[in-house]
Formats: sequence, C-alpha cells, structure tokens
Amino acid sequence: MAELCAVLATTHHPFYLKATTMPPEQQIPQAPEWKRKIEAYRETLTRAKPDILVMIGADHFHQVFLDNYPQFLIGKAPRYDATFYNEIREFDIPTYVLEGHEELSDYMLRGLMDRSFDMAFSHELKIDHSIICPIITTRPEADLPVVPIYTNIFAPPLPSPRRFWELGCAIREVIDSYPSDKRIAAIGSGHLSLELGGPRQFRETGPDPEFDRQAIEWISTGNIEAILENVTHESMAKSGNATHGFMDFILMMGIAGAEKADYVDNLDLFHTMEAYFTWYPKEKAA
Amino acid sequence: MSKYYVNKFLFTVDRDPELLRRYKEEPRAFVATWEQSIGPRLNDAERSTVHSLTDEERQALIDHDFVKLFEMGAHFFLSLTIFIALYDEEYMQREGPLAFQRHFAKELAHWEGKEYPSVAC
Repeated sequence: MAELCAVLATTHHPFYLKATTMPPEQQIPQAPEWKRKIEAYRETLTRAKPDILVMIGADHFHQVFLDNYPQFLIGKAPRYDATFYNEIREFDIPTYVLEGHEELSDYMLRGLMDRSFDMAFSHELKIDHSIICPIITTRPEADLPVVPIYTNIFAPPLPSPRRFWELGCAIREVIDSYPSDKRIAAIGSGHLSLELGGPRQFRETGPDPEFDRQAIEWISTGNIEAILENVTHESMAKSGNATHGFMDFILMMGIAGAEKADYVDNLDLFHTMEAYFTWYPKEKAA
Repeated sequence: MSKYYVNKFLFTVDRDPELLRRYKEEPRAFVATWEQSIGPRLNDAERSTVHSLTDEERQALIDHDFVKLFEMGAHFFLSLTIFIALYDEEYMQREGPLAFQRHFAKELAHWEGKEYPSVAC
C-alpha cells in the first residue's frame, strides 16, 4: 500500500515570493526571518521524499464562481495550469504547469464517494494561489505530480467544521488503501484569523491574535475535540470575515489523525499570523 | 436586490484587463455596457434573462463605492481585489505601500464590532 510520508498544513501568504525576492533595501524587516522559516519548513517535506502530492486548497473565485460553486471538488486532469491573470497582477506570482496523477485522482474520487463524499470533479482545472503558494514555499521545483482538492471556505453556506474534519479522515483512509508503492505527502493551505475587504484588514497583526494563539495550540497538540467544541462559522466570522480558511487546517488534522504535530513554527506578520505544521504519520500497526 | 449579479459584475470585470480598464476610465458607460451585453451572457450562444441590478446597486458600481457594496453584502474578496486593481497604484505613489488597503478599512470602521452584512446570496 502507499505510504503517507508527511502531512503539511500551512498558511498561504500570496506575497511571500515577492516580499523575499525584491531588492533587499525595499524588503520588509521580517523578510530574512520569513525566508529562513520557509526554508526550514520546506526541509520537513524534502526529507519525507514524496513521490506524489495531494494538495488541498480553495479557489478564490478564479475558476469557480457562484453560478456553479462546489462544496468539495477534486481535479482529475493529466496536467494543471496555474496562476490567473488577476493573481499575477496583484501578487506577482509566476505561472506554472503541474503534472497531474490521474490514477490517484480517480482512486481518490471513487474512494471518497464510497465514504459518503460525493465530490464534484474537474477535467480542466486551473490552479490558484491556494495551491501554488505552498508549492512555492515547500516544493519550488514543482516537479511532482499532484492531486488537487478544493474546499468551499468562501461562498456561504459552507460545510461545517466537522465535515472538514471528516473529509480529512476519509482522504487519509483512501491514501492508506491506495495499492501502490509510492510515497504520498498531503499539503493543505488555509488561514488563521483573517480579514479581507473589511474594517480590520491590513493591520499590524491578524484581526484576532488571541484566536491565532489558541488555534496554533489546538493544531500542534492535535486537539480536534476542542476545535469542534469551540469553532463555528459564527465564531470564525467574529475573528475576521475570511477566517473560515481555518477549516482547511481542520481538514489537514483529519488526514494527520488527531496527533501532536512533529514540526510547528509561526511568524507574526502584518495582516496575518503565518503558521507551519508537519506531521509524519506513524507506520500502521501490522 | 441581486447580490449574485453584483458579484458577477465584480468577477467578470476583475478577471479581464480590458474590462477593468474601461471600468476605471468610464464607469457609467461601462456599467451600462456590462448590463446590456456582458451580465446576461452565459456562454457564446446562451443568454440569461434571470438577473438585473437595482438602481442602488448600479449606482454603487458606477461610483466605485466599496462601502455601499460591503453594506449590500457583495463578496469581500471580489470587492477588495477589484478596488486594489483600480486604486492601489495611485495611493501607493502618494502615500506608500498598503495606503489604499488601509483607507478601505478606515472607510468601513463603523462596522467594527458589529455583525457584517451577509455575503450569502
């Protein structure tokens, strides 16, 4: 069976590349520290030696819109173009072409349907920065085949936090049962507290530093019970109108399996708290 | 009220550099064109008869009025992105990085601590 060699859950700050590659005299003061932290985090994936990446993100109205918005969607294409015109314009992110892994995409879609997740699917999916930012930070060579999975953290009504957890658990089961000798890493990106297009945006910190501190503790200790007890759509909205991206962290905890994280780091930046987690799932008992 | 249609306006214009330029330069004429030939478009062959803008929505779009759009429940991501595209550069040149984003936040300061208008359509 395939081996789940690493699970990564990370924030996706679209300005990382620009902030750390502009001329040093124009960089923000935290840029060198940010770069060091990202390179250390990248090593947590590199050393797991993955062959295939299952990438979890959320389309920000780039390919999918409100005429036809899926709650959960999986890509099953041979290849994925990435980065839209308006992301290049705003964030200066380069374009990419990522290889797909059609066999695992198909196995994942069927496996999730067998587990009561009737996913939408796409044979022509262009990837946005929710997946490309973690590629830039954790695998900038962009040389591994991917299986992209999108969640709705964006267009209400949203699935519940519990449903994100359950989808993560189902993805884990499907990866564990995949008949292959490949090493699979799952990488998901989301947010801690975040405000976009509202009165609390672009401050010196994220909109709710107390939530950020609590969320990092919950994730790093694998405390899914506390999350499902305390985190609701309404509580997330109180922490910032775009905080619902936290549910992709909950999904990644489902893949990792309510375990203490093996690697935890964070960085307090203007506008957001960045956070980086890695789990190395234990070998299953024979 | 059609939050969906306001969002469709923001979505279709933000993703197209030529439409964005026209919305910046001649908002009133462009919004009229959009309502006539872009908004109803489903694909190359099909037109929809379902949605239309209210007078208030039309005026908010013509005025680039992101406060009104927020209060009508236009999607925060679409609204922020398109107005950054329209105004970031001129604010940056005048007042430095993130000046427009901070101006945007300040104009909405009266909503802090309150429940925001829902973006659900």
